[in-house]
Amino acid sequence: MISKIFTDFGRFILWLPKVFAKPENLSMYWKEISRQMNDIGIGSFIIVFLIAIFIGAVTAVQFAYQMDGTLIPRYYIGYIVRDMTIIEMAPTISCLVLSGKVGSNIAAEIGGMRQKEHIDAMEIMGVNTAAYLVMPKIIAALVVIPLLVCMAAIVSILGAYLASVPTGMFTGGEFVQGLRSWFEGWNVFIMLVKSVVFAFILTSVACYQGYFVKGGSIELGKASTQAVVTGNILILVADYVIALVLTT
Amino acid sequence: MIRVEHIKKSFGDTEVLKGISFTFLKGKTNLIIGKSGAGKTVLLKLLVGLLKPTSGKIWYDDVDFTKLDQEAVRRIRMQVGMLFQGSALFDSMTVEENIRFPMDMFTKKTMKEKRKRVDYCLERVNLEGVNDRYPSETSGGMQKRVGIARAIVLEPKYLFCDEPNSGLDPKTSIVIDELIASITEENNITTVINTHDMNSVMEIGENIALLHDGHLAWEGSKEEVLKSGNELLHDFIFASPFLQKLKESAD
Repeated sequence: MISKIFTDFGRFILWLPKVFAKPENLSMYWKEISRQMNDIGIGSFIIVFLIAIFIGAVTAVQFAYQMDGTLIPRYYIGYIVRDMTIIEMAPTISCLVLSGKVGSNIAAEIGGMRQKEHIDAMEIMGVNTAAYLVMPKIIAALVVIPLLVCMAAIVSILGAYLASVPTGMFTGGEFVQGLRSWFEGWNVFIMLVKSVVFAFILTSVACYQGYFVKGGSIELGKASTQAVVTGNILILVADYVIALVLTT
Repeated sequence: MIRVEHIKKSFGDTEVLKGISFTFLKGKTNLIIGKSGAGKTVLLKLLVGLLKPTSGKIWYDDVDFTKLDQEAVRRIRMQVGMLFQGSALFDSMTVEENIRFPMDMFTKKTMKEKRKRVDYCLERVNLEGVNDRYPSETSGGMQKRVGIARAIVLEPKYLFCDEPNSGLDPKTSIVIDELIASITEENNITTVINTHDMNSVMEIGENIALLHDGHLAWEGSKEEVLKSGNELLHDFIFASPFLQKLKESAD
């Protein structure tokens, strides 16, 4: 188990220079990046939107419940929802979900290509398959996932508003007052750093699992699961490290 | 011309190829034949660089393929075309996009020039008018022909075919064999075919290597097959009772 982790880590590090090698033909890579941006970004928009709206709603409702009967002003709920969403919920929960959706999809796609000899066929044509199949996915994710996370943060705050103001938990004025209190741009920076790091983790791990898959459909299924599990664990570890580095 | 010298390949403790030397001739259809597990596919993968030999040398004309760095291997590979057993066509691309892919990647031709070349290659494999179909919308035989068209689109110097007849009916197999042989002759390229199809051996086998248990058991041409006294070769060629009876009656 431990030796496998070190073997995989070593192989992953040795594989990265091949992934970020000079492209053979920029226009082909650009075409692939555009396709991946569409697949990852547009393809994940609805799921991220739905999750974000409910996360915001649940956060607002639960904080309202916990603060009920305390002396803390009610507009604090808007403030807490905003910062919690920006710092933690939007980047981490969105990327955990994306790791499941996009990560398993990428691992299955590349693993399927390996099994059907598509990767061998490209290699024999002279294509650097690690670069052509992986780099566009990582670049597309690094661009699109932070945008999805920003959208998730906005939608989440909107979800909190919709769940609490129309239901009479507190007034719109109190919520907006909370949203506008003690705003720090640094928190948005933390969110963006997290989303970029998580995007790299979830795509590169999934690509790695798919690229080195060996065997048949059972192994492909395992690789797909492994991509999600490893991606999620690494995202949580990175979340802790980023929080430690950027907030202390 | 491709030459392998004392090539050995092991996987763990299992030695699959045990020191094979053979020359694949230019302008000829070179066949690697042998029973399942004889090491044919491993030898083919070594030739195209998908595997690395444990020891021995592979010469592409006067270049030692085993000593090249990754960039030089890629340059050689751009002169290589390969037809895979399962055709290995990209499912998400149409037939035209599949054939055009190597040109899109490595040439600066205009779209008009690329389309012209695609049409020529499709015409060459007798498959006009299927440009916009997806691989899933074509038959096994058509997929093989599209695979050949893709393999020859960059006018390779070396053509490799892994079991080109597997899964095809005898008539389509003959068409594919004839196609490969005529492309080889026309373009004066070195073609290496990995097969266990006896029709292919007797039809297009100009230079044949019989592998047995990781060794080179026999080499020669289709004309020499019948004259040879090699028992392993005869066991392999006349394995079916039907062919055995045919041989006995011919004798």
